[in-house]
Amino acid sequence: MNDRPGSGRRRPPKTPKGRQVDPRALDDVRALLGDRPRQRDLLIEHLHLIQDRYGHLSAAHLAALAQEMKLALAEVYEVATFYAHFDVVKEGDAPPPTVTVRVCDSLSCAMAGAEHLVKDLPTKLGANVRILRAPCMGACDQAPVCAVGHLQVKQATPENVATAVKSGAHPHALKPETDYDTYQAKGGYRLLADCLNGKQTRETIIKAVDDAGLRGLGGAGFPTGRKWTLVRQQPAPRLMAVNGDEGEPGTFKDRHYLERDPHRFLEGMLIAAWVVEAADIYIYLRDEYPEIRLMLEKEIATIEKAGLSKHTRLHLRRGAGAYICGEESAMIESIEGKRGLPRHRPPYVAQVGLFGRPTLEQNVETLYWVRDIIERGAQWFMSHGRRDRKGVRSFSVSGRVRNPGVKLAPAGISVRELIDEFCGGMQPGHTFKAYLPGGASGGILPESMADLPLDFGTLEQYGCFVGSHAVVILSDRDDIKAVALNLMRFFEDESCGQCTPCRVGTEKAVKLMAKAPWDEALLDELSSTMRDASICGLGQAAPNPLSCVFKYFRDELKKPLGTW
Amino acid sequence: MSNSNGQRITFTLDGREVTAAPGETIWQVAQRLGTEIPHLCYLPEPGYRPDGNCRACMVEVEGERVLAASCIRTPTPGMKVKSASERAKASRKMVFELLLADQPDRETEAHDPQSKFWAWTDRMEIATSRFPERAMPASDRSHPAMAVNLDACIQCNLCVRACREVQVNDVIGMAGRGAAEKIVFDFDDPMGASTCVACGECVQACPTGALMPATLVDAKNVRNAYPDRQVDSVCPYCGVGCQLTYNIKDDKLLYVTGRNGPANESRLCVKGRFGFDYVHNPQRLTQPMIRKDGVPKVANEVIDPSNPWTHFRTATWEEALDRAAQGLKKIRDSKGPRALAGFGSAKGSNEEAYLFQKLVRVGFGSNNVDHCTRLCHASSVAALMEGVGSAAVSATFNECKNSDVIVVIGANPTENHPVAATFFKNAAKRGAQLIVMDPRGQALKRHAAHMLQFKNGTDVAMLNAMLNVIVTEKLYDEQYIQTYTEGFATLAEHVKQFTPEEMAPICGIDADVLRTVARKFARAERAIIFWGMGVSQHSHGTDNARCLIALALICGQVGRPGTGLHPLRGQNNVQGASDAGLIPMFFPDYKSVENGDIRTKFETAWGTKLDPQKGLTVVEIMDAIHHGDINGMYIMGENPAMSDPDLNHAREALAMLDHLVVQDLFLTETAVYADVVLPASAWPEKDGTVTNTNRQVQMGRTALPLPGEAKLDWWITQEIARRMGVDWNYQHPSEIYTEMASLMPALNNISWERVERQNSVTYPSDAPDKPGRDVVFADGFPRPGGMAKLVAAKLIPPAETPDAEYPMILTTGRQLEHWHTGAMTRRSTVLDALEPTAVASLSRGQIAKLGIEPGDMVRVTTRRGSVELTARQDDAVPDGVVFIPFAFVEAAANLLTNPVLDPFGKIPEFKYCAARVEPIGAIPRVAAE
Repeated sequence: MNDRPGSGRRRPPKTPKGRQVDPRALDDVRALLGDRPRQRDLLIEHLHLIQDRYGHLSAAHLAALAQEMKLALAEVYEVATFYAHFDVVKEGDAPPPTVTVRVCDSLSCAMAGAEHLVKDLPTKLGANVRILRAPCMGACDQAPVCAVGHLQVKQATPENVATAVKSGAHPHALKPETDYDTYQAKGGYRLLADCLNGKQTRETIIKAVDDAGLRGLGGAGFPTGRKWTLVRQQPAPRLMAVNGDEGEPGTFKDRHYLERDPHRFLEGMLIAAWVVEAADIYIYLRDEYPEIRLMLEKEIATIEKAGLSKHTRLHLRRGAGAYICGEESAMIESIEGKRGLPRHRPPYVAQVGLFGRPTLEQNVETLYWVRDIIERGAQWFMSHGRRDRKGVRSFSVSGRVRNPGVKLAPAGISVRELIDEFCGGMQPGHTFKAYLPGGASGGILPESMADLPLDFGTLEQYGCFVGSHAVVILSDRDDIKAVALNLMRFFEDESCGQCTPCRVGTEKAVKLMAKAPWDEALLDELSSTMRDASICGLGQAAPNPLSCVFKYFRDELKKPLGTW
Repeated sequence: MSNSNGQRITFTLDGREVTAAPGETIWQVAQRLGTEIPHLCYLPEPGYRPDGNCRACMVEVEGERVLAASCIRTPTPGMKVKSASERAKASRKMVFELLLADQPDRETEAHDPQSKFWAWTDRMEIATSRFPERAMPASDRSHPAMAVNLDACIQCNLCVRACREVQVNDVIGMAGRGAAEKIVFDFDDPMGASTCVACGECVQACPTGALMPATLVDAKNVRNAYPDRQVDSVCPYCGVGCQLTYNIKDDKLLYVTGRNGPANESRLCVKGRFGFDYVHNPQRLTQPMIRKDGVPKVANEVIDPSNPWTHFRTATWEEALDRAAQGLKKIRDSKGPRALAGFGSAKGSNEEAYLFQKLVRVGFGSNNVDHCTRLCHASSVAALMEGVGSAAVSATFNECKNSDVIVVIGANPTENHPVAATFFKNAAKRGAQLIVMDPRGQALKRHAAHMLQFKNGTDVAMLNAMLNVIVTEKLYDEQYIQTYTEGFATLAEHVKQFTPEEMAPICGIDADVLRTVARKFARAERAIIFWGMGVSQHSHGTDNARCLIALALICGQVGRPGTGLHPLRGQNNVQGASDAGLIPMFFPDYKSVENGDIRTKFETAWGTKLDPQKGLTVVEIMDAIHHGDINGMYIMGENPAMSDPDLNHAREALAMLDHLVVQDLFLTETAVYADVVLPASAWPEKDGTVTNTNRQVQMGRTALPLPGEAKLDWWITQEIARRMGVDWNYQHPSEIYTEMASLMPALNNISWERVERQNSVTYPSDAPDKPGRDVVFADGFPRPGGMAKLVAAKLIPPAETPDAEYPMILTTGRQLEHWHTGAMTRRSTVLDALEPTAVASLSRGQIAKLGIEPGDMVRVTTRRGSVELTARQDDAVPDGVVFIPFAFVEAAANLLTNPVLDPFGKIPEFKYCAARVEPIGAIPRVAAE
């Protein structure tokens, strides 16, 4: 009940509502940002600056950044807390230790002993090092993998991780196998020059790409030539976005090409931008590849200086640890400095994409093949292929094979051929039992179905797909239910949370799958809704492995949940 | 995108051929045709876009691999949609079952067992979930107005859209991701510690009871109160005029919801939504009172409003009315009509205002009637009457949706016109250039393309510099000037001397910025100007407004959609009360009392001779009392003992009156000096129309019974009139309205019945069946020849500038939570909890300089008085300035303010005087640095 007005019995707030900006934090942030633009789409870049400099994002710095960028506190906070590579520390909370070790616990690494690392590392490294689980780091052929800071330790053991922690090493720009000079000396950028000089027409380039049957190699397989035509029909200004957020567990082909021959990709990208007349190109690279990012920064500066990108502007953007940003529209949201929530389609990215403009979005590898297709001719590309499929495909093979890695193989090859002809067979002591044809999302098939052609559109009838061509080979030592649970956990962790079927569905599915026996009827019903009603491919594909267990591995259902 | 081209789309819905309007979604078509599709994250209300995230509204589209969210999907020609296929129904049901798994138990713990969520589970017959539950966040009861229970949250994002896209207060966000996704306030702070301004839009949007008005839940956060009836009315606070619904239980207001009025589109602010319980405050006056014999009137005396019996005794209505009227009559008959004066109120209805001014003119016999318009926009009115021949706004504030450039000057709308501000912010988000000019920073700053924090009191310098740029660079609209204005040559010559370079050091804004802003305004396709009391409350307030009028006119930024001049009116009915003639120089509809023809018309209508001389204004009346020229007053719903400048002077005047009748809800600071106190009706207790800042006449309806013996205000005024020899016999406000409208051409075609039926009608209206005009002056102005008049403004410094003794600038104003003199808002539990007492806002640097900490007590002194209050550190306040809101009697800002008047509008200079700020109490600490 009110006392008499004017009694002044309670103390009024000492400041206006909410958190006030600390002038010292504001000075810090201004110093870090320097004369960088304050535009909203740079929020994630600016968060990286603070995280890199201070090892975490303090509430004081976040509030100062919000003011500096004219953003609401909540807008900054929700972005900072969406991405796994940011550590938000509120007033009174302890900042994380200066060193963080991330242990990849996605399937290939889990099979290679990630759980042992998670168990053993704390004792080995002591309390001053933070150990976190993390999703696929794109080095599945070197499993298990850890990242000390963001520097990866391959074939990790407690010992080599401890050494890396002690050395305090930081990522440096890697030296590509083929650098700018070598690439150019071997005829690189001549095709681009021909395009820019008018010696090539846009129509011939599109036709060549069409004739070669080049498809989106990020996983969706959309015909590239058709996409270029569609985007070209849209009103200017048009933009281009390059998807380098290779995050599908088991996939490391983009990394492979970027490390070896980045200019082949860059030339393809610049040609594509010329074809669709993109005013700007945004390259979105996952934060797990810092050495590639540093290298690309240099190489991009080189090509800019060489005058090769005068027809467009180049922007290199850094992801921050979110699988969902590999989804094309989520990536666009992330480039805009927001949480990576997939958008509803229609409208499609080609119509309304980045900053509301028509946008050509392409995966790194798709662009990588452009020069070869045009120089060598579509026929060269089409001359490969088995079982009536045409073209070459880069399979990222990991798991129980003797020689894992990126295998450039004919489209339509079977997994049995892939293992035998390209991977030196199975690892000693392992018997081929099952395989993931397309990473975590593409389902699981048994050895009895190892002769199917691996390509776009061939496995859908079995509830599977090849997607990014990430093939993980399982053996008799791998428990299929544990595999399915590992994959569902991955989806639970990486769900953006936007829609109910995926956000709640993955979480409930994990809980149901963690206990025995599996409630098949309920899980089936749930899977149907996730498939039918999720907004994007993540939620729609998340039940694929689970459904495959019910379809192809019924014997396994009775077994207790296995471990590695 | 196939149906954005303006074509109707024909498609099939559940086997039936149907058509969709351009942009219409499948859900909307289905709803229109009577097919109900469940929905949670979609709110079919103005301002809410579909988000398609909850997936409760999935339908099957033939030929598509997955289902589609009907709330966000627009049909394409020939599309075949099945809204009730087994597949669609199964998915919708599964979505509810998934969400249900994590909900609090409906029987025992559900925060709102009748929420939209639970209502849908009933309709879909889902009682239980087969899924395991997860850990949920704890309850947050840190905010006085709202209960936050995120264990009922379904992450539907409606509250984020409410906060970010509708009201643009930007407090709520969705943090984290996946199953860990969580609604947060700022940095996941308790709501009560966040930047939340408590507009309550989120509460209105939430479909689960995760966010609810605190008044609805018990100690266990379970809803225990439901309304037994609802009444549609209008908000009693600011001039925005938000339509609302009172939700009532047992004749008490339980909660308030926003209604889709033309001004507010269902939005409300903290005052409108949560500041309603003043009507039930135990300090309400419920019986007439008469001053005890022999109790003297002493200036600045304090009476406890809970215990008035030290000074007053109760009386019957008969005795009190007799005493009230006889006292006035005696003065009128012995000293003449001009020895009486009346202050009406901008807080009452049009009918009350009309009747009050009629009483003064007919019953008292003079034009000594005024109200608080004198203290807010009198100078704007003077300039507008002079320049464009009409004091009302030329365009509604909602017109900003059509503007490319929006200028907000001398106004802090996020605090004082919060719902209007939401539309400015919407426009800025849409891409309009918002230009804010104010010495203090403010919430709009973040949304502004340009924030001009000019030096206090240098408006004319800044605006003339802009005019200079426009004239020098020939950015003006030659054709418009020739067709519609006079005086351009003189103005152009006058502003030549005000170059940006010369004005920059005076106003503190760089010449380049002045140029950029002037160019943007002049070159805009559609620009609109909003101003508030930062413009008007100066001794040069009329000049300030003249500059703004000139800016708009010479650039042709008037009379088209998205353009115009809009002084943001302060109180709920300050527009209507002024229109109704509650001002000393005008009869209703701004007809001069000094014009014989007009007077004859009113004399005929009212059946009596009228005073041909204009009356005195608010501050002049106080001076006249001091001079012994005025001896008796009738004050209805005004509080000059708080609102006038130089309160010592005003309160002394009130104490000097031979007879004072005060009619109010509470024993106000003014009622302390009363001989008779009459208990009046609060807004929710009466029928009546009010006119908002947009010229919209809106209907208020009786929602509550009167407490005790309190009476309707029009009835009280009529009873006093009768006792003074005026034979009135109005039975209902509708009769008063009809008489008033017959004398006011502005209200042509707007009958009481029409307002009753349509809730809101904008004037002018060209026909009874035609909507009123949102934008006026499309083809000229209500002045001779239809020409507007350009008036040049000179540089006049504020009347009292800082010196060695008083080195700072004191500026006054309002706070979001408190309105006018606080009589109502300080008696509202929520508003009082949020801002419990007086503060002096000072910059960080100033606080350090004083050697104090934020929250310490300071003394603020001017040549007129001194107050002691808490120092608040506010980064929006410039160094050298102290800001004090005027609602707090314990440290009344107006004890300090300068009563110097603008010569045209007679408005005091509330926004500027010289002051000194000193620490008190503990020995000043030495600053750390």
